[in-house]
Amino acid sequence: MTRKAAIVGGNRIPFARSNKKYARASNQDMLTATIDGLVARHGLAGEQVGEVVAGAVLKHARDFNLTREAVLGSQLSPSTPAYDVQQACGTGLEAAVLVANKIALGQIESGIAGGTDTTSDAPLAVNDDLRKVLIAANNAKTLPDRLKLLGRIRPGQLVPDQPRNVEPRTGLSMGEHAAQTAKVWEISRESQDELAVASHHNLAAAYDRGFFDDLVTPFLSLTRDDNLRPDSSLEKLATLKPVFGKGEGATMTAANSTPLTDGASAVLLGSDEWAAEHNLPVWAHLVDAQTAAVDYVHGGEGLLMAPAYAMPVMLARNGLTLQDFDLYEIHEAFASTVLSTMKAWEDPGFCKEKLGLDAPLGPIDRSKLNVNGSSLAAGHPFAATGGRIVASLAKMLHELGPGKRGLISICAAGGQGVVAILES
Amino acid sequence: MSDWYRDFANSGIGSTITKQLGLPRPVRLRRYSPGQPLLDGPALVGSAGEGRLRAEVESVLKEDGVTVLSPVTADGEKGAKVAAVVLDATGVTTPADLAAAHDFLAPAVKRLGTNGRVVVLGEVPGEAPSPALAAARQALDGLVRSLAKELRAGATANLVYVPAGAEASVPGPLRFFLSGRSAYVDGQTVTLSAADVPSGDGGSTPLAGKVAVVTGAARGIGASIAEVLGRDGAHVVAVDVPAAGQALAQVANRIGGTALQLDITAPDAAQRLVEHVVQRHGGVDVVVHNAGITRDKLLVNMDAARWNSVLAVNLQAQLDMTQALLDAEGALKPGARIVAVSSQSGIAGNRGQTNYSASKAGVIGMVRSWAPEFASRGATINAVAPGFIVTEMTAKMPFGTREVGARLNSLQQGGLPVDVAEAIAWLAQPASAGVNGQVLRVCGQNLLGA
Repeated sequence: MTRKAAIVGGNRIPFARSNKKYARASNQDMLTATIDGLVARHGLAGEQVGEVVAGAVLKHARDFNLTREAVLGSQLSPSTPAYDVQQACGTGLEAAVLVANKIALGQIESGIAGGTDTTSDAPLAVNDDLRKVLIAANNAKTLPDRLKLLGRIRPGQLVPDQPRNVEPRTGLSMGEHAAQTAKVWEISRESQDELAVASHHNLAAAYDRGFFDDLVTPFLSLTRDDNLRPDSSLEKLATLKPVFGKGEGATMTAANSTPLTDGASAVLLGSDEWAAEHNLPVWAHLVDAQTAAVDYVHGGEGLLMAPAYAMPVMLARNGLTLQDFDLYEIHEAFASTVLSTMKAWEDPGFCKEKLGLDAPLGPIDRSKLNVNGSSLAAGHPFAATGGRIVASLAKMLHELGPGKRGLISICAAGGQGVVAILES
Repeated sequence: MSDWYRDFANSGIGSTITKQLGLPRPVRLRRYSPGQPLLDGPALVGSAGEGRLRAEVESVLKEDGVTVLSPVTADGEKGAKVAAVVLDATGVTTPADLAAAHDFLAPAVKRLGTNGRVVVLGEVPGEAPSPALAAARQALDGLVRSLAKELRAGATANLVYVPAGAEASVPGPLRFFLSGRSAYVDGQTVTLSAADVPSGDGGSTPLAGKVAVVTGAARGIGASIAEVLGRDGAHVVAVDVPAAGQALAQVANRIGGTALQLDITAPDAAQRLVEHVVQRHGGVDVVVHNAGITRDKLLVNMDAARWNSVLAVNLQAQLDMTQALLDAEGALKPGARIVAVSSQSGIAGNRGQTNYSASKAGVIGMVRSWAPEFASRGATINAVAPGFIVTEMTAKMPFGTREVGARLNSLQQGGLPVDVAEAIAWLAQPASAGVNGQVLRVCGQNLLGA
């Protein structure tokens, strides 16, 4: 019989809009600071935890051992092992699942799961033609050979390859993909703006009541997410021009899509025994998780719709319905993604034909959705979002009392998705 | 932070110049570090009248390996320098008896070395059955305060009033006033009370196994308090506002403590603190109310926001947190210690600080009022009132104001955050059980409010 891993705490740094407060911070800087904040909150200075698992989506070649390097720079015992994972925007949640599984199997007693991403300190790759010349020059045996090769460098080759937020197989940005899905599911501009406004208001209210006092540690003089607009309103959002999709039917604006963001998060997990030994509260247990992927290239499914497929598999395995939850956290990559996913679960045709279900999964009580705000307000440093959601949801469930269930749904690039169940 | 003037006055040329011009000649104070002997030389111990504490004093000194010298002989024994002079004046019963104090102290103080210590033990004047007796006992206060002003080269003089029955309370305070922990405590009077004092001084970790909460711990004096309590063996829960979280985490990690981000003026702050210490630590042994803010303005120009925020942080939060800890079952562990940070401004007043001074004077009222209740629980509550302490805040003062402010005391220099921290860490010790309801100034005997 396996045991369930307990979520006992979390930490993140405030998320910063791209090229603002964290413009000069690296992924390693942010992850190290985040781990140190977690260590301070839980009194783990000098302690060894079972494993630290984290990752980044936009990653420099030098960061091949990012998480281990962050651990070595942190206040954790240097004898703490670590490894990197990467599953696009699913990275943070996947890392938590991996740590929880090892705890459940008794392979480790405690672990930290996290993620970090910067779109400011992003890797610039050397132009591919230039790279080939440089490698050849490096391998050349004589100076004349080397000079001859270097003489082949042309000005055009000095332009670096920039990382782009596009799907390599379609050449379309994620926003354009989401716009296609929004059109298919007929998601209105107004409903997207409503979701965005609610996200800002909920996040601001959570900050004001001190909800994040034990979830966030300031970094580089930033004390709150700088994308947060507490005074956001439908009227203001209605004035924005669409940025994704084309023509009359375009509904997606800069406000109902997440901006590029920098930040990092971490979650502390352990066995119940480990938590008790450290006098740490068990906020919730990670009950189960499921991934899925869709063929968005040729299969006619939307890029970000994979969670819709993962959900029924996980619900069936746990004997639960979509309505059996007290709180829902659906990652707001785009407001339209959240709304398309929920609409798909309510759609008899989709549920029958695509998911193979006799009846639709049905609606979600919107008053239980993203109650303390989500990515539209906080921002979305790709790999850091999972950790933000897991720690916040675990704390919310703990506040509600024992036996409460929460559901997480996160879409990811490459047509992937991760869903998970937490229970207090 | 370096004291350029002190360093200058101790240099070859600087020493000559300052001596010639009669300028202040501050020395580098002997501050405590773990493993340091109680004193760097012998101690002269004497009594005025039929004192009852001489044996107690000598046994403390011998326990700590200090050579005890007898009173100076009438023919004026010319001995080597001594590190401390201790006078048991509990036998003083009439003003005429004070002459014996003078007879002992005059030659003894002449032999006092750099960073020397004078400690006088007396009976409590308030408990005297006759005016003459009270006068004689109270006279010691004036004697010690003036002697403290006459002493030079980092030497201090302090007075400890020991009521009958409080003999067991003496060793802790005596060690403090003799040691480097009291480097910047000068010209002060502490009144002991009878208490259940554990034996021994706890060695270099007197707070081993204790859990200590320090508010305002992210920087300055608060960070120093956290570090000293951690050094002395306590697990420190470092508390500060969420916005100071990054610095707070660094302090907590440096000392192997924990960080608690909490706005102590939030309506549920006291409850959250109680829940935290009960759940995470099974209660708390030491609480240091250090968090404080200044919002200076002349009274006539002060708006409500300035007034209210200072009173809320500096006074009301201390009251609320202490009350919540008292009310919650198991929150305060047996023998708990509360130390509230007051200020010289709360004693002497300060132009532009009516709000701040009100809050800091209020803190003094608070600890005095609560002292009996804490005593009945075997606990204590005291206040520490820092004087001119060199911090990031004073570094921003204009040069002239800062330099003058730093010299207006008997030690002719500003104190350091660690001086305040040492006094607080001492009050937090189990051996300080007999110190309750006291206000200890850490000010080098500042001229203000003395």
